[in-house]
Amino acid sequence: MMTTNSIDVPLQAYLVLAAILFCTGVWGLINSRNAVRVLMSIELMLNAVNINLMAFSSYIDGQLIRGQVFAIFVITVAAAEAAVGLAILLSLYRNRETVDMERFNLLRW
Amino acid sequence: MTIASTTQGICFLILSAAVVFGSLGVVLLPNIVYSAFLLGGVFLSVAGLYLMLNASFVAAAQVLVYVGAVNVLILFAIMLVNKKEAMADIPGLALRRLLSGGVCLGLFLLLLRVDLTTPWAVPGPSPIGDDATVRIGIHLFTDYLLPFELASVLLLMSMIGAIVLARRDVFSVDIVTGDDADQALIEKSRTPLLIETPPAEPTALETRR
Repeated sequence: MMTTNSIDVPLQAYLVLAAILFCTGVWGLINSRNAVRVLMSIELMLNAVNINLMAFSSYIDGQLIRGQVFAIFVITVAAAEAAVGLAILLSLYRNRETVDMERFNLLRW
Repeated sequence: MTIASTTQGICFLILSAAVVFGSLGVVLLPNIVYSAFLLGGVFLSVAGLYLMLNASFVAAAQVLVYVGAVNVLILFAIMLVNKKEAMADIPGLALRRLLSGGVCLGLFLLLLRVDLTTPWAVPGPSPIGDDATVRIGIHLFTDYLLPFELASVLLLMSMIGAIVLARRDVFSVDIVTGDDADQALIEKSRTPLLIETPPAEPTALETRR
C-alpha cells in the first residue's frame, strides 16, 4: 500500500517536538534529587532520539526504512539500560538507605 | 484540505501536547508515582506518533517494551525504594535549577535553529506504509544481522548483570544467637554497609565476608 506523508504535519514539527522532549529530559536529569526520576529522564531522552529517527525514516528514507531498524535497536538498548540501572539503584539503596542523588558521593574526592 | 489531513493534524496536536505536558509532569511533579504513570502516558503518546509515521511494528514494540516492561520495572523500583525521606536542603539549589534551565533553553534554541534552517531533502521517496514490517525483517536478517545478534548478547549480559547486582549476597550473622541473620526484605531495617558516619554504639549484626 502506498501512502503519502501529509503536508499538514511537516517534518520540522516532529523535530521540534523531539527537541522539546530531549531538553525536558536533560533538565530532569540534571535537577532530579530522586534517583528513579533520573532514570525516567534518561528514558525521555531516548524517546526523543527515537522520534527523530522515525521522522527521518518516514520523510526522507521512505523506501529503505533504516531509521526504524535503528529505533528498534535503541529500544533494545534502552530496555537493557533500564534493567541494569534499576538493579544498580536497588543495590545502592540497600547500602546507603537513600535515593537522594546528593548523597551518592562515594566516588567524590 | 481533505478530512484525512485535518484528522492527521489534529491527532498530531493532541499527541504532541500529551508528550510535552506529560514529560513536564514526569520531571516536575513532586510525587514520583504520578511521574511514573505519566511516563507511561508519554510512551503511549510516542507510540501514537509512530503510528502516524507509518510504523506500526515499531509502535507495537514501543507499547510492548516501554509500557509493558520498562514502565512496570520503574514502578516496581519505586515500590521497593519508596521510603518517605525528607531530602536535606542544599545551598544554591534554586540558582542551580535556574542555570541548568538556561543551559537547556539554549540547547533547545540551538536544536530549533538547526531543525528550522536546515534544507531537509523532503519530500523523499514515498513511504512504504504497511510493508514496513516485512522490510524491517529483511533488514534484520541481511544487512543488520550482526547488530541483531549483538543485541541478543547484550540483552543476555544485562539480564545476568541485573540479577548479580540486585541479589543480596552479603551474609550477616547475629552476634547474640550465632544464627544467620535472615535475608531481609529491602524495607526491613538492617545495618547499612556504607553508612556515612559510623554509629556510636556497636550494632547487633556483624558482617561475615
